[in-house]
Amino acid sequence: MTWELAFLQALNGLQYGLLLFLLAAGLTLVLGIMNFVNLAHASLYMLGAYLGASAFAGSGSFLIAGAAAVFGTLAIGLAVERTTLLAFYARDHLDQVLATFGLLLFFNELVRVIWGPQSMYMRPPDGFTGTVSLFGALYPSYRFLVIVAGLAVALGMYLLIHYTRIGMLIRAGASNARMVSVLGVNIRLLNTLLFGMGAALAGLAGLMAAPILAVQPGMGDNVLIVVLVVIVIGGIGSIRGAFFGALIVGVVDTVGRTYLPLALRQVAERTIADAAGPALASMLIFLFMAVVLAFRPQGLFPARR
Amino acid sequence: MTLLSTRGLTKRFGGLLASDALDFEARPGEVHAVIGPNGAGKTTLVNQLIGELAPDAGVIEFEGRDITRLPSWRRALLGLSRSYQITSIFPEFTALENVALAAQAHRGHSFGAWRPARQEEALTRPALQSLEEVGLAERQGALAAQLAHGERRQLEIAMALVSRPKLLLLDEPMAGMGRHESERLVKLLDRLKGRYTMVLVEHDMDAVFTLADRISVLVYGRCIASGAPQEIRASVEVRRAYLGERYAAH
Amino acid sequence: MTWFPEPVSLRSPRAIAVMLFLLCLGLVPVVAAALEQSFYVTLAARILILGLAACGLNLVLGYGGLVSFGHSLYVGLGAYVVGILSFHGIGSGWVHLGATIALCGLVAFLTGLVCLRTSGMAFIMITLAFAQMFFFLGVSLKQYGGDDGLQIATRSDFGAWLSIETNSALYYLTFALLLLTLYLSWRFVHARFGRVLRGAKSNLQRMRVLGFPVARYQVVAYAVSGALCGIAGMLLANLTRFVSPAYMSWTLSGELIVMVMLGGMATIVGPLLGAVVFVLLETVLAAYTQHWMLVLGPIIVLIARFAKRGLYGLLK
Repeated sequence: MTWELAFLQALNGLQYGLLLFLLAAGLTLVLGIMNFVNLAHASLYMLGAYLGASAFAGSGSFLIAGAAAVFGTLAIGLAVERTTLLAFYARDHLDQVLATFGLLLFFNELVRVIWGPQSMYMRPPDGFTGTVSLFGALYPSYRFLVIVAGLAVALGMYLLIHYTRIGMLIRAGASNARMVSVLGVNIRLLNTLLFGMGAALAGLAGLMAAPILAVQPGMGDNVLIVVLVVIVIGGIGSIRGAFFGALIVGVVDTVGRTYLPLALRQVAERTIADAAGPALASMLIFLFMAVVLAFRPQGLFPARR
Repeated sequence: MTLLSTRGLTKRFGGLLASDALDFEARPGEVHAVIGPNGAGKTTLVNQLIGELAPDAGVIEFEGRDITRLPSWRRALLGLSRSYQITSIFPEFTALENVALAAQAHRGHSFGAWRPARQEEALTRPALQSLEEVGLAERQGALAAQLAHGERRQLEIAMALVSRPKLLLLDEPMAGMGRHESERLVKLLDRLKGRYTMVLVEHDMDAVFTLADRISVLVYGRCIASGAPQEIRASVEVRRAYLGERYAAH
Repeated sequence: MTWFPEPVSLRSPRAIAVMLFLLCLGLVPVVAAALEQSFYVTLAARILILGLAACGLNLVLGYGGLVSFGHSLYVGLGAYVVGILSFHGIGSGWVHLGATIALCGLVAFLTGLVCLRTSGMAFIMITLAFAQMFFFLGVSLKQYGGDDGLQIATRSDFGAWLSIETNSALYYLTFALLLLTLYLSWRFVHARFGRVLRGAKSNLQRMRVLGFPVARYQVVAYAVSGALCGIAGMLLANLTRFVSPAYMSWTLSGELIVMVMLGGMATIVGPLLGAVVFVLLETVLAAYTQHWMLVLGPIIVLIARFAKRGLYGLLK
């Protein structure tokens, strides 16, 4: 266990966490302000990856891929919202969960039909295929780009929430959604805006993830559940919670998977450690969530009422 | 001799002070009415007494025991019962089932998974009795969702009564009732006087002056006057609070 | 003692329809043998097993109003109990059954304790997360097959009198357990415990103020529900002679919810009806195209939109 390895793993944790943040930020607003459970967020992420990877393969330009991913997902997201999801805003959570579940299954199959069942791979854009030197350690430059992009989005969201009118509405809505609509704000427009923002962020996350993970049908499913864990830990409706929750989950998961099996070997017999290590590591963030829930059911950084 | 008391009860909602270091007490056997202009914090008081709202500061005592941090269900089992200003019943159950459910909480545990509850005398007998007391016995088989507004208010009372509570918290029981229904309800509460200790939050002054042994007047979360009905009726302070400065002294 | 927990007229159209329905289900192996289509028995057994799981879920979802998106966890656990015990040479069906009920009940109790600290959408998300946690646990247990799953050599041994080696025998065991579950659920719903659960779904706050420690009852109901799904899982592992983490996938959780909703939430027979219709629909669609999910996905959306009282509700 060298310090260099620990540092690199921490960076990986940060990178994973920021990717989770991109997904969590959009989803937590939809959950908290619109009171709408949207499992199809996973599909938007997946579509972002597919659209971005395809555009990149076709054009060779990362910027075009970015535009395709973000705007394509935004368009699809808004289309789905207008046609299908609108009817469910007033329904109870059970109906919303089922409807978005059906959409999730549909989109998983749709990408299989359009792009085929095999995984698609996207290489990092030119200029980011090598490594950068950070404090003497060599780190993949693309992953570093993800970190920078993620932090930039986080900063952008912070400025948006705290220094613009829309941000004020978002904060008000997170605090008391009903009051905002009663005050005469065009709630439909606000909802569409929120949903669209979430979709765009999800698409961006999909694009950023494509060179790192395999682009395949259903790639959003497992990630979505981790994002839900992030939101629960951070607090529903809270962007701050999404940010810190995502970083915590990202680092705990990445570092845990590396070091928990090693740590177990010190205290337990090798065969047991080798069996239990990876198992416990994969369960780690869920156990962490359970602990947070036991002591603070509203999350670590709840949106203030 | 005090059955229920609060000392320094304080509750804030953001910038709004709903209960302002409120001292309140209810004596056994009395009907203690709580009146005051809208927004005075009357329902907030009831919510804190029953445990649906946690006070920011202060102490609530029942039969000499500190119940400030006790969850609602434990307070109910100690003998506190409440009716709601906005009817809160079980619409999918019949009137009888509603009251039987209220009775069930006080008659042993509810882990029974075999015997049909409708066949349990221990539940249906007191439920029927309660429905008769409020005058709803012929509607026992009707779904609560299909009851008229006044009937639902009667059901509310029946549910609050069936457990033979030591203290009954009634939150605007006359709300939304027509004249005849109100009169009938006042007669019912009058019959119950002496048997039950009641804290009655109300706007209907006829009911208040008919039933109350003592009246407390709440304004902006504070009790500005408390005493016998005649004292309150004559009090300048109270008139000022209700009618405003211009009309108070006359 | 009366046998029916509520007044039921055996001559009413609804009662007759239910009895016919159950009778048809009971005759499936006979008909299948006559038509020499043994595949029907396997398919119908799978329907009954999922119906049993859906009935278990319905206790907390339909009657209790608790939207658990993680009940496939208990199905998977029950299946793994059989798989792991068989792997280590323990083949007794009675041990399998006891261990399933104990383990699934216990896990459901513990996860219920944590999940019920929240409500609403947080509850849905957390039940989903816990199921996923066990999914990953299953995947990482390499000695039991991990992602590829585990073959089970022989079916649970319930003794010479109750051999389930043939699919028909397994079918009838499943059918018997299902009928028992339906009956016990029926009694449960009309007993005190059922009333508390239904009252909590209807008006939680009032229940608390009336004097009920609601969470206690919800946790126990959750445990019972988990145990029932576990039994379904045990039967599933026996049917397929196989278990894998896929039995704990959240897709299955979602499908169970669809079955409950499609058949009729808060009805006794609804979930079973929903299982029959849903699995048949899936089977028929799959026969036409390998991309049947393109059709089933939107159908699920439509079910969520329009299935107010479910298919059983149409009968009332």
